[in-house]
Amino acid sequence: MNFIFSHRKISGLLAIVPANERDFVDEMINFNFPLARTLKLKEVMGYDKRRIVDGPVCVSDLACFGMDYLFNNGLLARDDFDGLIVITQSPDYFMPPTSNVIQGRLGLKQDIFCMDINQGCAGFLVGLIQGFLLLDQPSVNKVVIINADVLSRKVSVKDRNSYPLVGDAASIAILERTDAPAPIHANLKMDGTRSDVLIIPAGGFRLPCSPETAVLENDGENNLRSKDNLRMNGTAVFNFVQVEVPPMIGELMKTASSTLDEVEYFLFHQPNRFMLEKLADKMKVPRAKMLSNVVEQFGNSSGVTIPMAIASNLKERIIRDSINVCFAGFGVGLTWASMLLNCGPLAFCETIEYPNR
Amino acid sequence: MKGVHEMDIILKILCDIRPESDFKESVNFIEDALLDSFDIVSLVATLDGTFAISIEGVDILPENFNSIEAIRELLEKYGVTT
Repeated sequence: MNFIFSHRKISGLLAIVPANERDFVDEMINFNFPLARTLKLKEVMGYDKRRIVDGPVCVSDLACFGMDYLFNNGLLARDDFDGLIVITQSPDYFMPPTSNVIQGRLGLKQDIFCMDINQGCAGFLVGLIQGFLLLDQPSVNKVVIINADVLSRKVSVKDRNSYPLVGDAASIAILERTDAPAPIHANLKMDGTRSDVLIIPAGGFRLPCSPETAVLENDGENNLRSKDNLRMNGTAVFNFVQVEVPPMIGELMKTASSTLDEVEYFLFHQPNRFMLEKLADKMKVPRAKMLSNVVEQFGNSSGVTIPMAIASNLKERIIRDSINVCFAGFGVGLTWASMLLNCGPLAFCETIEYPNR
Repeated sequence: MKGVHEMDIILKILCDIRPESDFKESVNFIEDALLDSFDIVSLVATLDGTFAISIEGVDILPENFNSIEAIRELLEKYGVTT
């Protein structure tokens, strides 16, 4: 499914990361594998540092901390936006929506469109598409997109497939109209027939949490996790990304009458360095143009790795200039999406730390 | 025998990754639990570096790493021959 937007822009970006930093080497003892094999993984996958919440921190905590920062520093006015979209797989509650919780905690106006979107690694893209669509309404002048996850709380510490890569983070993106007509092209695909390859089996109405669902099980590769935990079929996810993403980007370039050479940075979701290097090689783009340092420094925080890549690498430039970038996200659902846009100059682009307890 | 040299190299790489496994006695490394999915990632990275190739992501499937012969055939696809 293709989308095209005009007179739309991202006007500001804030990334919020927990201060609590973990080191892959320090945590290797958790995994039921020889140290040499685990160290090899560090080298190939790019596992190093990551940030996870310290204690029972929720998405609304990270989000409100970030929003208060924007309010207190004059970067956003409390009544200056009409849409609040929260993209998360780790909501505070099943009900009410986390977006409503945030609206209430921040004391925002009642004339506001609050919406939760249950998406993961493609979530930043899904949120941007939804936010740009919302700006079609004359009553909506500015939309706040909050992409946040605290999935470290749902991953088994004895799961080497998932635990060493997961990071927690939030991002706040401000969307608004602009006089500049430059088109923004996007596309999106979904395949629910493969919804089981990334899943938390228990905790919903299909399989409520119980003592039975909390029992650790061996996945056959010595990873121990329960049905309450996040489960990832790594081989299936890897293959999905390698098969689906390159043609998606090809279609995006064709629709936009652009070429890969014209893209300055490929800001893709960052699951691990190995996957991104293979994608870059397949697409025949220099690995240096496909940034992969967020997962090494902060961990895989689902869709938030995309705005974090901007805040970590392009902060100085993007507050002055416009940069031709290609976003792509791919993951739970399965969902995959991409967007080509001239991003910037932004009014702000920062990273702040959510303090430990 | 074609590919003897690569087969020796492949065997050495496999033994470096999983020294405790007997790769000579198996023709189904995955089912016999000699390699897991992350071992395959390590193996691909090492093969890429050793033979100066880049095995494409779409070829990183268990069936291409189930035996020394399967790995040799995969390398042949990327132009690695003796």
